[in-house]
Amino acid sequence: MYTETQIVHNNTKTTVDGALDGTGEMVINVGPQHPATHGVLHLVITLNGETIKKLEPHLGYIHRSIEKMCESLSYRQFIYVTSRMDYLSSHINNHACALTVEKGLQLEIPPRAQVIRVLMDELTRIASHELWWGAMAMDLGAFTPFFYAFRERETITDIMEETCGARLTMNYMVPGGVMYDIHPNFQRRVKDFITLFKSKIDEYNDLVTGNIIFQNRMKGVGKLSAEDAISFGCTGPVARGSGVKSDIRKLFPYEVYDKVEFDEILETEGDSFARYMVRIREMHQSVRIIEQLIDNIPEGDFQAKTKAVLKLPKGEFYTRVETARGELGVYIVSEGGTTPYRIKFRSPGFSNLSALEHMVVGSKLGDLMATMGTLDLVIPDIDR
Amino acid sequence: MFIKEYISDIYHAVKSLLTGMKTTGGYFIRPGEIITQQYPENRADLNLSERFRGEVVMIHDENNEHACTGCTACELACPNATIKIITKFDVSPDGKKKKALDTFVYHLELCTMCNLCVEACPTDAIKMAQNFEHSVYDRSKLTKKLNQPGSKIREGVE
Repeated sequence: MYTETQIVHNNTKTTVDGALDGTGEMVINVGPQHPATHGVLHLVITLNGETIKKLEPHLGYIHRSIEKMCESLSYRQFIYVTSRMDYLSSHINNHACALTVEKGLQLEIPPRAQVIRVLMDELTRIASHELWWGAMAMDLGAFTPFFYAFRERETITDIMEETCGARLTMNYMVPGGVMYDIHPNFQRRVKDFITLFKSKIDEYNDLVTGNIIFQNRMKGVGKLSAEDAISFGCTGPVARGSGVKSDIRKLFPYEVYDKVEFDEILETEGDSFARYMVRIREMHQSVRIIEQLIDNIPEGDFQAKTKAVLKLPKGEFYTRVETARGELGVYIVSEGGTTPYRIKFRSPGFSNLSALEHMVVGSKLGDLMATMGTLDLVIPDIDR
Repeated sequence: MFIKEYISDIYHAVKSLLTGMKTTGGYFIRPGEIITQQYPENRADLNLSERFRGEVVMIHDENNEHACTGCTACELACPNATIKIITKFDVSPDGKKKKALDTFVYHLELCTMCNLCVEACPTDAIKMAQNFEHSVYDRSKLTKKLNQPGSKIREGVE
């Protein structure tokens, strides 16, 4: 065991050594307790003056072995744990797991459940992007946008609370459909929200998007070319900001995404501002999807009839969905029993983080926050 | 040409800043749009949805009777071992032994409010209640016994 003095001594020594070898490089730690990393992400940065020479993310501070935990839970039980991975799009995580189990069971989902699921996914996407927008502005020093974002997000969490029973970790998607039918107030409140949201989105643009200081800090920062985005495995708004078509809803449509009209948002610049604009414009597309579906929820069952104990046939099953951060893949290996033999989650945050070093090396330390903010990292999603 | 660009840049910069300030300043003079809720001062009129999941409770009617048969479906459905059901054998007047609930132990400190136990219950004996203020000074107080003292199973529930 190190004592406290020893650790201080070792750190001092490294810094002195670094300075003595003539390079003038300095190693600093951003995180794991740092307000701008939104969690326990630890970045070890080698600096030359103010220029970033090397960046190394250290992971594992919030590793809870969710994949291993799922191996001891049944196919109904493991879904609730996945709300805790990417907690800002918990509905979509649950959705991915439910879809994989349904694929294994070859279960037909009632049309009503499909539409409810898509509505919930898109509401979650808007809520997630709004939180990102507020946190992003706060990383750059603007405090007010955070409250404005949470004001609209609160309306969505209220809708979720009324229909799903919880505000953040809903556990609403079950294999075969959804847990309950929608609340009688659901349609009215979602329409109210859309009216409110459309009137407030201009405020977002006035306050942050058009701001000259914000634009100067974002434009030309954290460049990622389309080739690099593909080779790092970036998905979601990070890849689309570089002009890579990667929307799973368009490429591999699930549920009713092939029946609704929406555009895949693409920006070609590949800098932080492009990724910012992708998310802002995606919120409009989510509103468009909700508007098409909210009055057309088909009548019928909200849950397919399933057996009390679910058993997946022997084999391997993989599904992917588009979360607010990118592609989430769920891979289940089944031995034919009631619990999975192995579960692997392909989380979007991990791949997006791997591109961070490439994006910031050579730029100033201040640009790190402007770049990392647009990656929209959720640390439990990376560590799992 | 350079001076023209320079002045135009300044004009656009100042304009963008003023647009943002107009938005924030607008709320400053329209206090009616403030939506902050003052918790805990507003505890009396807090409106929680009837589906809100705060804790698991057992439904008792006015005769202090519940519908739990002690089948342990909820115990098996729980992912965190939150529920432990202890059963006993009731002996009816004609000498038949029947399995019945003795104690429904509920560990609130382990519960994640996933609602799977309520979904699994075949007799709708338990439900989710809206109470969310669970803080106590001693951890042992979070382990609860859900069936009330002296309660018994309702007639006709199998």
